[in-house]
Amino acid sequence: MATETSHPKRWLAHPFMSAIIAASWLLLQQSFAVPQLITATVLALLLPRVLAGFLGPQVKVSSWATVVRFTGIVLWDIVVSNITVAKIVLNPMREPRPAWVPVPLDIRHPNGIALLATIITTTPGTVSCVIDEARHEILVHALDCSDPAAMAQDIKNRYERPLREIFE
Amino acid sequence: MDTLHPLVDALISLMLIIGALFTLVGGIGLARFGDFFMRLHAPTKATTLGVGGVLIAAMVYSWASGRFGVPELLITLFLFITAPVSANLMAKAALHLKVQSKAGRPAGMNDGAAAPGKQG
Amino acid sequence: MMPLALDIAVAAVALAMLLCAFRLFRGPEVTDRLLALDTLYINVVALVVLLGIRQQTELLFEAALIVAMLGFVSTVALARYLTRGDVIE
Repeated sequence: MATETSHPKRWLAHPFMSAIIAASWLLLQQSFAVPQLITATVLALLLPRVLAGFLGPQVKVSSWATVVRFTGIVLWDIVVSNITVAKIVLNPMREPRPAWVPVPLDIRHPNGIALLATIITTTPGTVSCVIDEARHEILVHALDCSDPAAMAQDIKNRYERPLREIFE
Repeated sequence: MDTLHPLVDALISLMLIIGALFTLVGGIGLARFGDFFMRLHAPTKATTLGVGGVLIAAMVYSWASGRFGVPELLITLFLFITAPVSANLMAKAALHLKVQSKAGRPAGMNDGAAAPGKQG
Repeated sequence: MMPLALDIAVAAVALAMLLCAFRLFRGPEVTDRLLALDTLYINVVALVVLLGIRQQTELLFEAALIVAMLGFVSTVALARYLTRGDVIE
């Protein structure tokens, strides 16, 4: 990865991640004693720096309101599509029509693409199989889909547009 | 388990049942579907609502009995983050091994050593 | 009500694990067996958490966390082995 040259190593390059590391250490220990606080601080400073080569530049979130709204949409979709898929699984009469759905990408931010692929997989009924960064396409396998083009458009409108607002 | 508020008790029970039923649905899907890529949908379901429901129940229970419920929260987050990654890797492995799919071969990788197995 | 719900939940998860075991033995592809193992460990996490609620110990939740981590790592290693022929290049 060429990231190391483009952004030099510095302390606290990922403040959000440092905060998460410190918080999960303290919560796992379930104590706020001084030694634990010291360990948490050391880990929070050290780990992001050691891993800097894998992390890439820090993400700048442009609109927190979109983040909150989008999280709600995704959680709601997980519940709804779980019920839809459960109906397909439990109905022995119904043979689902699986299909491959290529989703062309407009989003360019690598973290955004990764998050989009994760969301596609987490909403049941679709699994993102191949993330082709060279051709800017995610190959999605849909469990039950009669119109791949419409489904690709749906994914783009529902998930990709808010992600672009957040990341770009 | 003795001094739970009846509402909390009902909430925990509901989440337990919902979670366990979705886990079972995931298992049925895994056993019933006809090809690998359709079966791949089963574990994503089992993790999201299935284990998610069970873990929410565990969290509510530990809050009700005066603990933080942190390990439960961490397990939930961990499973939510890792399940898509392992699903993606298994799909790649299956495409690489040319596992049969009822939906046919995906367009763009009909010829043998196409994209999924690329080195890098 | 909760003890009854716990019993039902344990039964449902155990049944799901049996179905996974069926897929694990049946195959037919090696990826099917890998998928069955992956689902199996997720179900084990659920089962351990249920056991933790039932026996009212915190220790089992941490055990579940470890099961989740080991399961993920082994799925990744196996999937990479199937794709590339080795785990670490």
